[in-house]
Amino acid sequence: MGDAGRETVRHTPLHGVHKGMGARLVPFAGWEMPVQYSGILAEHKAVRERVGLFDVSHMGEFLVEGTGAEAFLQRLTSNDVSQLAVGQAQYTVACTETGGIVDDLLVYKRSGERYLVCVNAGRLDEDWDWFSGHHSASDQCSLVNASDDYAQLAIQGPRALEVVQRMTSVNLKEVPTYRFVEGVAAGRQCIIARTGYTGEDGFELFVDSASAEALWSACMEAGEPDGLLPIGLGARDTLRLEMKYCLYGNDITTDTTPLEARLAWITKLDKGDFIGRDALIRQKEEGVPRGLVGFVLKDRGIARHGYPVIVDGDSYGVVTSGAMSPSLGTAIGLCYLPRGRTRAGNSFEVEIRGRLIPAEVVKTPFFKRAGN
Amino acid sequence: MASIPQDLKYSEDHEWVLVDGGVATIGITHHAQDQLGDVVYLGDFPDTGSSIEQGDPVGVVESVKATSDIYAPISGSIVEINADLIESPELVNSDPYGEGWIVRMKIQDTEELNDLLSHEAYEELLD
Repeated sequence: MGDAGRETVRHTPLHGVHKGMGARLVPFAGWEMPVQYSGILAEHKAVRERVGLFDVSHMGEFLVEGTGAEAFLQRLTSNDVSQLAVGQAQYTVACTETGGIVDDLLVYKRSGERYLVCVNAGRLDEDWDWFSGHHSASDQCSLVNASDDYAQLAIQGPRALEVVQRMTSVNLKEVPTYRFVEGVAAGRQCIIARTGYTGEDGFELFVDSASAEALWSACMEAGEPDGLLPIGLGARDTLRLEMKYCLYGNDITTDTTPLEARLAWITKLDKGDFIGRDALIRQKEEGVPRGLVGFVLKDRGIARHGYPVIVDGDSYGVVTSGAMSPSLGTAIGLCYLPRGRTRAGNSFEVEIRGRLIPAEVVKTPFFKRAGN
Repeated sequence: MASIPQDLKYSEDHEWVLVDGGVATIGITHHAQDQLGDVVYLGDFPDTGSSIEQGDPVGVVESVKATSDIYAPISGSIVEINADLIESPELVNSDPYGEGWIVRMKIQDTEELNDLLSHEAYEELLD
């Protein structure tokens, strides 16, 4: 890592490539990142119907290694790390003492004593402070911020497997969802993980930063027969929203607990102690006061992040994420609603430029693959 | 950069105005739609017949990422809203100076047309 003062805009190793491709670059969490190449709708459709390539090198990577690595991660995260097999990844959150979410994370178990933790770009500094602040020699594991050493590319879409398979001799059909292998792709040593943030089949490749450009080019070439498009953060956001995947800073923050965010499935209160557990047990006993729901608007308009949510005439927080769903053609969003009002079919209102637009809670994910 | 039609007038808010007799047809420029990206919604239009002051909002255009007000480049009354945009907002992207027109207004004060930019002046604004 290094530079503590984050005044300067940060670039991934692929910044020059994006510029050369004519991507529209925007500030995002201290980074300058491509928001779109050809257009958000075309990119969204490419991932749902074919395959897309994302530069997600702005994500951070922490390495936790040593005999105490599992115990350290058990204490820092809500999910049960002891359930992980070698070569398996796990979605989880780190919580504050009061149960608020520090960040949502993926933990990759590389061997019995070696883990990689993938963290959000926008939370990298806070996560590092949190992890290193709770780490000491008595933990019997090393903690290293390797974020600058890794680039990360995501290949997502129904044809992702064929595309990645063209670059590697690893039999990808033998890598199930949320499993990974360490192997060679396009001549580069990679972590090849069957994970993603789109709701489609796909892979995320971790590679050393110096190899990022070569791997990007190889992916573009391997995907050419399948109509692969490069995908910016704009479509990444609409793709994840259609699946109700949480976006840190919008849908989850230090002011929301994983129980409120409907992430009880990764909150293993019976696994043993972890930071935030006592507060979460208390909240569960007292009754979780609110829940994160998906909704659709029942009249014309788009509910966007920050628009007021109105329940029974009273203001109740804001829309945490909202967009016109490219796949469904309807306005969708996420917000917190009070306990008792979170079931599908319940109605409330969203205030859009001074007007109250009726909204209805729906089952999520919003987008379901045909046949699923 | 697509060419800027010479027969139109322009506002600094990247709207175009076509004057035909006493009626002005208004849309957003190629540059504006390009900056917005894929348009997915237009709405918040005043009722037909309502009087609008120069600078008042006459609608909103929303892309996947952004929301942008449309401001009346002149004063007048609303004659017509482009109903095709309800079903096909993408016309604003594909044909911003043609089928993607947004609103027609009866011109109240032809003097206000002098506040608008010529195509040369608008081109300079973009440089």
